[in-house]
Amino acid sequence: MSAPALRPDLALVADWIKPSSRVLDLGCGSGELLAHLQQSKQVSGYGVDFAVDNVVRCVEAGINVLQADLEAGLAEFGDASFDVVVLSQTIQAMLHTEQILIEMLRVGREAIVTFPNFGYWGNRWQIMRGRMPVSETMPYQWYNTPNIHWCMLGDFEALCAKNGIRVLERVVMDKGRRIDFMPNLLGSLAFYRVSRQ
Amino acid sequence: MSVTSSSVGIVSAQYAAFDTPLALACGAVLPAYQLAFETYGTLNAAKSNAILICHALSGHHHVAGRYSESDKSAGWWDNMIGPGKPIDTERFFVVGVNNLGGCHGSTGPSSINPASGQPWGADFPMVTVADWVIAQARLADRLGIERWAAVIGGSLGGMQALDWSIRFPERIAHALVIASAPKLSAQNIAFNDVARQAILTDPEFHGGNFYGQGVLPRRGLRLARMLGHITYLSDDGMGEKFGRMLRSGEYQFGFDVEFEIESYLRYQGDKFSDSFDANTYLLMTKALDYFDPAREYGGDLVKALQRASAGFLVASFTSDWRFSPERSRETVKALVAAGRRVSYAEIESAHGHDAFLMLDPPYVELMRAYLGRVAAEISA
Repeated sequence: MSAPALRPDLALVADWIKPSSRVLDLGCGSGELLAHLQQSKQVSGYGVDFAVDNVVRCVEAGINVLQADLEAGLAEFGDASFDVVVLSQTIQAMLHTEQILIEMLRVGREAIVTFPNFGYWGNRWQIMRGRMPVSETMPYQWYNTPNIHWCMLGDFEALCAKNGIRVLERVVMDKGRRIDFMPNLLGSLAFYRVSRQ
Repeated sequence: MSVTSSSVGIVSAQYAAFDTPLALACGAVLPAYQLAFETYGTLNAAKSNAILICHALSGHHHVAGRYSESDKSAGWWDNMIGPGKPIDTERFFVVGVNNLGGCHGSTGPSSINPASGQPWGADFPMVTVADWVIAQARLADRLGIERWAAVIGGSLGGMQALDWSIRFPERIAHALVIASAPKLSAQNIAFNDVARQAILTDPEFHGGNFYGQGVLPRRGLRLARMLGHITYLSDDGMGEKFGRMLRSGEYQFGFDVEFEIESYLRYQGDKFSDSFDANTYLLMTKALDYFDPAREYGGDLVKALQRASAGFLVASFTSDWRFSPERSRETVKALVAAGRRVSYAEIESAHGHDAFLMLDPPYVELMRAYLGRVAAEISA
């Protein structure tokens, strides 16, 4: 069976994961990333999602999935039981932002965190025009957004530093392309690979 | 889909007699016994598409279908099993079995003890989940099933599925453990003991040897069942269904049935006490209490589950307080720590513990999805 084409942001995350790794994918949605990794890199592991519909889709996709609320922490998982813990475009919607970051590096040797960059020029432009930003990566109005903890690249890096977390790798993208020049202004999506070591 | 098109149709029970003695966990030996069972669907040539359904406290082998055209009630899990249903009999060969100690055709306290020529009664040995699983394995041998595509059960049935995965890891591809627990809590044992006391203290129980007395300990069994029913429903579910509804609309200021909930419980209790054996009820509740697969592994559930090689589906229901989601999460946590393949869902439901027998849409979808994968693995 050939691996299905992966959403561009998940493809980048997948590139960072070594074959045969043990992976925990938090907020795994329909299990796209893990299903791809299972087929193309023989990884093992679990997805975690809060929504039962997503759990059903993951089961259909043949991946292990646990229904749980990330806000409650990762008590189901032992220390250092995964090679990589992934949190894709979810951290900005979490109440316990700092806690989940710490938990991810308790249960995993490495963590991959991706989030929409609030510092993206398109967002700044909308703010300058007097409105909260709405975009492809942030498709909500201020009054119905689940995203309660916005940050920019520097903010996330400061949170890592505060907790003694090292940034191993950073990639910033916009419309599926890597942005190396002025990433905090020109990049809409940020990808971080972090660890305790 | 019409009701008839998704039913397994008219079924009949079969009986398998075993004369190889069975050494039970309690130390006693059953010299010979019989198991009542039913099957639906067709066993494929590779004998790889068999699914075992394990029953809960008051269940039996009549899992799906009806015994005749005029049969008013179908098997206890007929809504889940049949052509095109989540446990699809067009793909799977489904086996339902009545456990030892039961009262629906398998050897139990109401059967004749060959040693005395009288019903076993109080002399029937205590049986455990492990004993049942071993007996079920012998039935599998008899049917030519080396490996189950899945073993499925809710509540006490889920405990059997879990035990299968540890006791016979090579004989089970998947375990579906629904609304269950890796062992009972003190509260659960307490409920069971109140139920047992109701039976044991009924004057017509006669120490378990009531068969020859022309009486039945109906009162005790009825109370036990009423208590059970309260714990199988959620507060909200009960409130929604019955609330404070009065049968006559007015207070009667007496002890006869006034509230609809009283009427419901008494009806359930009466129905049950006419059809179920009191000794079987005692045995089934003790099997629940004793279940603790970690015990043989120094109390370490993770170690016990490291023996397992099956894929697991664990499911719980939000309003189930008899076997709460927390208890299912204990199983999941141990499976994860043991590095096993497991998926877990916590289904939103108002049906309490009984939800595992209902059709809340996400539950049905989950079962369909998981069993779809099971079928795909064996190309069924």
